[in-house]
Amino acid sequence: MARYDRAITVFSPDGHLFQVEYALEAVRKGNAAVGVRGTDIVVLGVEKKSTAKLQDSRSVRKIVNLDDHIALACAGLKADARVLINKARIECQSHRLTVEDPVTVEYITRYIAGLQQKYTQSGGVRPFGLSTLIVGFDPHTGVPSLYQTDPSGTFSAWKANATGRNSNSIREFLEKNYKETSGQETIKLAIRALLEVVESGGKNIEVAVMTKEHGLRQLEEAEIDVIAAEIEAEKAAAEAAKKGPPKET
Amino acid sequence: MKFDTSGLESATPAFGAPSLLGDEFSAAPSFPVPNTTDFDGFQKEAIQMVKPAKGTTTLAFIFQGGVMVAADSRASMGGYISSQSVKKIIEINPYMLGTMAGGAADCQFWHRNLGIKCRLHELANKRRISVTGASKLLANILYSYRGMGLSVGTMIAGWDETGPGLYYVDSEGGRLKGMRFSVGSGSPYAYGVLDNGYRYDMSVEEAAELARRAIYHATFRDGASGGVASVYHVGPEGWTKLSGDDVGELHYHYYPVTPSTVEQEMAEVAGA
Repeated sequence: MARYDRAITVFSPDGHLFQVEYALEAVRKGNAAVGVRGTDIVVLGVEKKSTAKLQDSRSVRKIVNLDDHIALACAGLKADARVLINKARIECQSHRLTVEDPVTVEYITRYIAGLQQKYTQSGGVRPFGLSTLIVGFDPHTGVPSLYQTDPSGTFSAWKANATGRNSNSIREFLEKNYKETSGQETIKLAIRALLEVVESGGKNIEVAVMTKEHGLRQLEEAEIDVIAAEIEAEKAAAEAAKKGPPKET
Repeated sequence: MKFDTSGLESATPAFGAPSLLGDEFSAAPSFPVPNTTDFDGFQKEAIQMVKPAKGTTTLAFIFQGGVMVAADSRASMGGYISSQSVKKIIEINPYMLGTMAGGAADCQFWHRNLGIKCRLHELANKRRISVTGASKLLANILYSYRGMGLSVGTMIAGWDETGPGLYYVDSEGGRLKGMRFSVGSGSPYAYGVLDNGYRYDMSVEEAAELARRAIYHATFRDGASGGVASVYHVGPEGWTKLSGDDVGELHYHYYPVTPSTVEQEMAEVAGA
């Protein structure tokens, strides 16, 4: 006898959906992920836990393509992410078939958020335990966008955001240091934000960059190391500058 | 008979109802079949019985000034002219028109339904739907009803971000993009005039006159076409109705009656 119509997500007396809040807890335990929007580029960065010696690191890609012009990174339960990503990829192609147009970033974000919401209001299922950062370019206007969804199914657009472990500190950093940037500056900002909470080095973070012309490009470890080194140098220079002038007076 | 309430759903399933969690690919098609030994033969007979002959003339073409759409206004049931004043150009929304050929009810209903879908798309996506998208939505619906006796031969004409657009969509599920189309029993005659006189660089007045003449010539030779020749223009600001002329009057406009020498002939015969 199928008893799967017993709802798992129900209201508490004071108006909370505890399953959704627990899902958010799962997100908070996941890897840190950060997204930054520039004027002509969008950058996604994800914390990479050091791969085990025998593990093939290439099979653990955390930033994925949903279509040629849309990419996604997430924090939380990676197995749930796989299911959501597959459904989103199908929807991107289905949209191309039915209206002969690529999806807009807003459309696919709305779709993913809608899916996440459906699973908070259906029988026999639990919410998805992940928040996503979705980036891409509008196929008509070429404008870059960054959106975030969460297990409750809400979504909104951001100039820069973070999710997962220590997302609050990263967001604080971004709020203090965000300004409109483009190209290499945006990449540096994203890596600087991530390095606030992650041990420095190319092997601990995965960074991907999307431009309108070239689509999604994963940065090589070596590239990341170079930028991280630049950031370190800038930090050291700033420290020295702070200590410098007072001595002269 | 399946009734289409998919205007309010997020995607139109081709068959079956989606399961609770929206998995559109798992449900199999199912519908009651008639109790007969020769199902295919029976289907063919049934379709032939129901299939109206698409007695009409409609045409549309793209030129430098946008899209010109024209149609006659006669409805016939076999040899009986049931109406001379049918609106065969349907206003889907202020910047898109559809033409009617085939079953009047089918065309009217599905064009109205398409208008609803276009509006919902606008509301959800904060931008107008393209002519490509609108024609594809209609074609997909008609394809899902393929073989069930719908009779629709329509052209979707409009102006969107990419400029003027013209698509032919029919109840067999076909969808074609093109610059010139004519649909209906009078279409061969309309094509003759249209293809002969068409130039991309026509002005709006020239294009309207070409469309009017093509419809007139089709109504002259085709018994199932007649009534009033309506001409619409779709430009960047949307569509406008340019003219609606009775084809009987158009005949004498194009071929005025010259006074004949009847009196002289009669007098000669009387004298002999």
